[in-house]
Amino acid sequence: MAAISREEVAHLARLSRLAVTEEELDTFAGQLDVILQAVAQVGEVAAADIPPTSHSVPLTNIFREDVVTPCLTPQEALSGAPDAEDQRFRVPRILTEDVAS
Amino acid sequence: MTTTLPAYDEVVARYEPVIGLETHVELGTNTKMWCGCPTDFGGEPNTRVCPVCLGLPGSLPVANKAAIEAIIRIGLALNCSIAQWCRFARKNYFYPDMPKNFQISQYDEPICVDGYLDVEVGGETVRIEIERVHLEEDTGKTLHVGGATGRIHGATESLVDYNRAGIPLVEIVTKPVVGTGALAPEVAKAYVTELRDVIRTLGVSDVRMEEGSLRCDVNTSLNLPGQEWGTRTETKNVNSLRSVERAVRSEMLRQASVLDAGGRITQETRHFHEDTGDTTPGRSKETATDYRYFPEPDLVPVAPDPAWVAELKAALPELPRVHRRRLQQQWGLSDLDMQSVLNAGAVELIEATVAAGTTPAAARKWWLGELSRRANESGVELADIGATPAQVAELQGLVDAGKLNDKMARTVLEGVVDGEGSPTEIMTSRGLEVVSDTGALTAAVDEAIAANPGIADKIRSGKVAAVGALVGAVMKTTRGQADAKTLRELILERLGVQG
Repeated sequence: MAAISREEVAHLARLSRLAVTEEELDTFAGQLDVILQAVAQVGEVAAADIPPTSHSVPLTNIFREDVVTPCLTPQEALSGAPDAEDQRFRVPRILTEDVAS
Repeated sequence: MTTTLPAYDEVVARYEPVIGLETHVELGTNTKMWCGCPTDFGGEPNTRVCPVCLGLPGSLPVANKAAIEAIIRIGLALNCSIAQWCRFARKNYFYPDMPKNFQISQYDEPICVDGYLDVEVGGETVRIEIERVHLEEDTGKTLHVGGATGRIHGATESLVDYNRAGIPLVEIVTKPVVGTGALAPEVAKAYVTELRDVIRTLGVSDVRMEEGSLRCDVNTSLNLPGQEWGTRTETKNVNSLRSVERAVRSEMLRQASVLDAGGRITQETRHFHEDTGDTTPGRSKETATDYRYFPEPDLVPVAPDPAWVAELKAALPELPRVHRRRLQQQWGLSDLDMQSVLNAGAVELIEATVAAGTTPAAARKWWLGELSRRANESGVELADIGATPAQVAELQGLVDAGKLNDKMARTVLEGVVDGEGSPTEIMTSRGLEVVSDTGALTAAVDEAIAANPGIADKIRSGKVAAVGALVGAVMKTTRGQADAKTLRELILERLGVQG
């Protein structure tokens, strides 16, 4: 059985705002399936006593002190923006997704 | 919904409300959560940004130690367990208020869990269970342009300012609150008020709802007694403590009218409107948002040293509830009297007025009397009425010194509330000083006696009660600027009668 369905790929493409054609869906579903099956092999060798890891280095508690450091100028901040107005980033309006928090 | 809303009493007789509150608190750290940009309120757009909070390629976040300490202290004050190990998570969504296309938050491993906060409503203690307290980052501010009203509907573009993006934000989520019945709106308000006071006492945020450093979303549902909980709605844009209460109440009424008509409640986000006090629907959540949370690979786990947590716990300040108990004893108030002080939002105001040199009784009289009345009339919180504890103490000082009588003091207080200046300034500018110059007063008394010989005879013959008529006459000629007690004594003295 495939590790990822064509519908799931279509869903992810929509969430990522990628315009994917019907043919591409078939192609990507197949490719992603191969990748996921390869990664799944790791699960086969991981015993119950091996905790899942999200980091390659076993570090905890890396903090910085609460001290102000220099910011960019607004000109620098906006230099890579596709468009700007009133010293703000200007983007097309977005209506379709929920807002965080 | 244009149907007439049912009466509140009928609604709570038929339905049981379940409420839940999600509160966001912006921490008052010097710098943002993951970078050293300053966090001050306001500022020119995009002047407090750097590669980290703009999500530029190659930048890496590093957690602010002061924010971690602050959330642990909040968790401890809310009687939570502090996780020994937890991670941050990426919450992915497509909206330009975060430049990274995701928000760093916490998902299944919040730093604080399973706490509670006791609040007092109607003389009863209600325990609000806390589900979780987690740390995330605030978003930028979007301004919608191109439309007529600046609202997102009809807008063609959004302008984004990322000064606020990345400011540490603590989210506090209650478990569902059941069994509060008709008191549900008051319980909701009491909870947010108490939470605000706790966090302010900890000194980790200025918790100002009007500036958005304290924000609250209110979940409300209704069910028939003995039946499953109803579908809930989430009300956003609740921007004051009063609105918390109004939002729950209005949503209970709206849902009851839908259910009474045989309708179904849609699970949706609704927006509260301060002006009308009701809610309107946002987008419905029929398709559950897919945030694709996963552990944040750019940050390492947080594992607070138990010794550090114990140290923070030992160093917690006296919390508002304990503090109030102590004040209640000092002020000699009954539970009921203390509850009315609390309901009026006057605890800190009275405390500060007493600290400025007034007796607790006098401070309470002004704040719960004239000032509460004015606050209710104008629909503002007592703390925002425009009179400060120092001014109230100054006013009482003028009364104690015999310069103002009670009636004049109330007039002066009106002036203070209206922003005319300090009590002393208003007393002078309005010419409102008690006539204490005995010469002038004696002349006025003699005049009144001469003008009312009949009454004077009555008093001389022992009917001392008749003195009121002469007091009234003198008050009239002095335009109320005499002290009634002094005046009474003076009249009796001039008539040669013993009081």
